[in-house]
This record gives sequence, structure tokens and C-alpha cells, in this order.
Amino acid sequence: MQNILAIWQREMKSYFVSPIAYVVLTVFLFLSGVFFFSMLTAVVQSTMMQGFGQGAQPVDVPGIVSRSFFGTTSVVLLFMIPMLTMGLFAEEKRRGTIELLRTTPVGNFQAMMGKYLAGVTFLLVMFCASGLTMSALFIYGQPDLKPILGGYLGLFLYGAALLALGLFISTLTENQIVSVVITFGAILILWLIEALAGGAEGVTRDVLSYLSVIGHLDDFIKGVIDTSHVVFYLTFAFVGLFLTYRSLESMRWKS
Amino acid sequence: MIEVENLTKVYNQHRAVDGISFRVEKGEILGFLGPNGAGKTTTMRILTCYMPATEGTARVAGYDVFEESIDVRRRIGYLPESPPLYPEMTVNSYLNFVARIKGVPSARRRSSVDDVMQKCSIGDVGRRIIGKLSKGYKQRVGLAQALLNNPEVLILDEPTIGLDPKQIFEVRSLIKNLAGEHTVVLSTHILPEVSMTCSRVVIIDRGKVVAQDTPQGLTNQMKGAERIALQIDGPREAVLEKLRSIDGVLSVQAGDGQGPAADYTVECRLESDLRSALAQAVVSQGWGLLELRGISLSLEDVFINLVTRE
Repeated sequence: MQNILAIWQREMKSYFVSPIAYVVLTVFLFLSGVFFFSMLTAVVQSTMMQGFGQGAQPVDVPGIVSRSFFGTTSVVLLFMIPMLTMGLFAEEKRRGTIELLRTTPVGNFQAMMGKYLAGVTFLLVMFCASGLTMSALFIYGQPDLKPILGGYLGLFLYGAALLALGLFISTLTENQIVSVVITFGAILILWLIEALAGGAEGVTRDVLSYLSVIGHLDDFIKGVIDTSHVVFYLTFAFVGLFLTYRSLESMRWKS
Repeated sequence: MIEVENLTKVYNQHRAVDGISFRVEKGEILGFLGPNGAGKTTTMRILTCYMPATEGTARVAGYDVFEESIDVRRRIGYLPESPPLYPEMTVNSYLNFVARIKGVPSARRRSSVDDVMQKCSIGDVGRRIIGKLSKGYKQRVGLAQALLNNPEVLILDEPTIGLDPKQIFEVRSLIKNLAGEHTVVLSTHILPEVSMTCSRVVIIDRGKVVAQDTPQGLTNQMKGAERIALQIDGPREAVLEKLRSIDGVLSVQAGDGQGPAADYTVECRLESDLRSALAQAVVSQGWGLLELRGISLSLEDVFINLVTRE
């Protein structure tokens, strides 16, 4: 536990002394802010138009805005998460500090968990920052709390799953660029798989759409927490961590 | 303290380490000598549990490096070939981190970090970023890291590389002071380093142990013959003849000295000190004896003899 904490702390510090943390946070906040703003103006405008027409119906502005906000945030995260994981093991290998970790009493599991939790913590920092944008909805309206909490929970599980995948890919190379590109490609495939599912039929279609990382988010954003989706993301993260662990063990034999 | 038996490491059919065996007793400093690519680093990496051996066993402080890896890692300090540093950290926070993962309890962490910083004379750069330090400082931060938690066994891969002569001297005396309490294995290809610091030498070449002894023992073993250098002022041919006639002289070679004085190298049987006999012979002929000294074989010659390939 002591070791996990030490690795976690070192990793957090190294995020914030390198430009990566600031670049990722800035770009993430900027993009989600822009989307939030454009979504809000679009919804408000269409509501006003409707208002002038006949039989105006009440429109849930905060609901629509928060739903589309989570949708776009999930896409932005797709680009950001590979940046968070790219260096976790690749940099240790390139600098030779992996030799330090593997000749001191730090187990592979501890090293992996320390790094993984650092990624997860950074994700939470990003969410807290984007919460500032969301708070506008609470100041100027009365949004339904459930879909917002559900959305954040879903995004958190989704992010945690992708972090595990990125962590695994980071153990495979000592080049950060290779790591980031492969991670991004892998995530993109898991995202686009939904489009492929559209063309398929029967069981193939079901399997493909089940594998889509983004499809499982929909229910969360609607405020429905379905355990099958929670299980999907947790299994995904577990498999990623398992592969990472195996890869670390095998590194011993390959080096 | 360290027992290595029949250790072999094969990389894609290349035998980097080929059945080496040696022992290191507690408190000894063992020098690991060999040309580049001889298998020094590989052996050290196996001893530090970084990679497993293909065959053979190694025990450090009584624990098997493969079966009881964590127990071994608790008891060693390791300085790899390139010091394992995080360039974005300050020296203080780096050493603190290493102390933590080595299991130094938090109450003693501060003092043990200060202690190794003082030993490696890096106290003045504690707040500096490692990436901005010079090579010599980086190397010493790496050494400080290895000394943390006062390990029983220290494994140092070329500890003096990149240091200036004064720092080399300091590091060598630091290592010498560590002996007794700690067991040290250091690799190097700087020969004087071995004769200055080590109590025993293992010379390896192409993955095999070619010799192991004390530095003194190795030189004696390799000598075969004593050599004496002379500078004599006298007629060349007559001098050669006279020197050759002395009992115990195996051969005489004349150097190309100019003027009246010339250099001669006399090779004579081992353990026959011919210096006074030679002096007498020269003086009795009325020639001028300008210089006379015994040539001792250096460890360098031994090393070259052992590892020179046909």
C-alpha cells in the first residue's frame, strides 16, 4: 500500500511538472466549454422559435444541454485519455528507471496500481474542472440531478476503462508517440465498432454493438444506471489491468 | 554473501553469460573486469533480480534471486549502467521517493536521505532539477540512491564513469570505506580502479570467467619472468655480450638509445633478483650505469594477456 501511494504521488507530481497536465486540462475545458455554449444557444434559440408558434410545450433546457454535453465530453475524452497514459510505462522504459522499480521491493502490481490510480485521479480532476461549466445550469435553471450524476458516473467508468487499455499499451513500447497513436487507434476502433454493427446482422450485430465503448454510455446520460453497463466497463478495466500485469511480468523475461 | 553457480544467460542463441561461478564473502569488494560486451552488466542484472538467468542459480544474502526476489531486493542497492533518474524531479524529492519505495520508515527518511547526500557530496544540489545537473552530479545522485536504506549488498555498474578525476578519487574512497560493513560488487573497465579499490578480481570475457584472484595474485600469476630495465653508457656489442653471460639472464634486448648511452631490457628467471649482479657486472667493466630499475607487470598487462583474442 505504501508503495502504491509512493508511485501514485510521484506520478501525480510528474503530471503537473510536465506540460502534459496543463495542455490536456486546457484543451479539455476549452472544447467542452465551446460545445456547452453552442449547445445552450442552439437549444435556447429553438425554444424561443417554438414559443412564438402555436401550443408551446415546456422544454427541458438543462436536460437537453447536459445530455449533449456528456455526449461531446465522451468524444473529447477519447482524444485526451491516450495522452494521460502514453508515458506511464513507456517513459520508465526509455529512461531506464524501470530498472529502479524492478530492483527495489516494488511489486509489478503495486507499480501498476500506483500509475493507474494516478490516471484515474487526473480524470477526476478533469471532471471537477468541467463541473464549473455544468454549474451554470444550476445557477440559471433547475436541472434534474439524476441524469447529471448518472452522466458523470458513466463518464468516470468509461474513462477508467480506457485508462486501463492505455496503460496496457504503454507497457508495450518505450516510445510515447507509438504508445499514444496505438491507444488512440484502439479506442477509435472500439468507438466506430458501433457503425460496423449497423451493417451486420444477427449475433454479429449484437456482439459488435455490445463491444462499442460509447454505446454503453447512453443509459447513464439518461439517468438510468443499468448494472449490465457498469459490469461492462468494470470488466473492460479489469481486462486492461490484467493484460498490463501480464505484460509487466513478461518484460522480465524479454529484456 | 553472494554465491553464483553456473550462471548462464542466453539471448536469441547468443550466450551472453556462459556458466560463470564465483563467491563473494561478507565485507569484500569484488571487482568485475572485462571488455565491453563480456557479460558484466548481464550478470549484475541477474544478481539484482532485474532479469532471470537461463540456467544456474544465484543467491544474494542467503536468498535466491529468482525464488525470493523481493527478499533480495530489500537487501541490495543497485546503480545500473545509466543511473535511473527522473529528470523532472528535484534531487531531494527523487531520493525521498526512492527511500519510500525501499521501505525506509517515514521517521528516518529525512535523516537517511541527508546521510547519503552527504556521503556522495551532493548536499549543494538538493533543490535542483535532476535533468539540469551535470553528468558527474547525475552519477552521484545515482550512487546516493543505491546507498539508501543501508543495503547489505551493493552492486555498482561502472560507478565512476563520467566523473572528473577528483570525484573519481572521492567515489573510490567512499566505496573503500563501505567495505567491511557492506559487500560490494563493482564492474569497471578502468584497470587502476580495480587494483586501488578491490580486494578480489573476477575477469570475465565472452561470458566466461577467465581468472579470479586478488589483484596482487593475478599479476604474480601472469608474470612468468622478471624484467629489468637498464641504461648503460658503454660499447653496445660488448655490453650485450656481458649481460648475456650473467647467470639467470634469459634474454637481453637493446633499445635504440642515441649517443653513448643506450637502453637495455633484461629478462631473467622468476624470483632471481639480478639487480645487484647486473650493477656489479656493468661497473666492473668501467661503463657508466645511468639507470637500473625492475619493471613490474601491471594489471593492465595481465588483463590484455587474458582477453586478447587470437
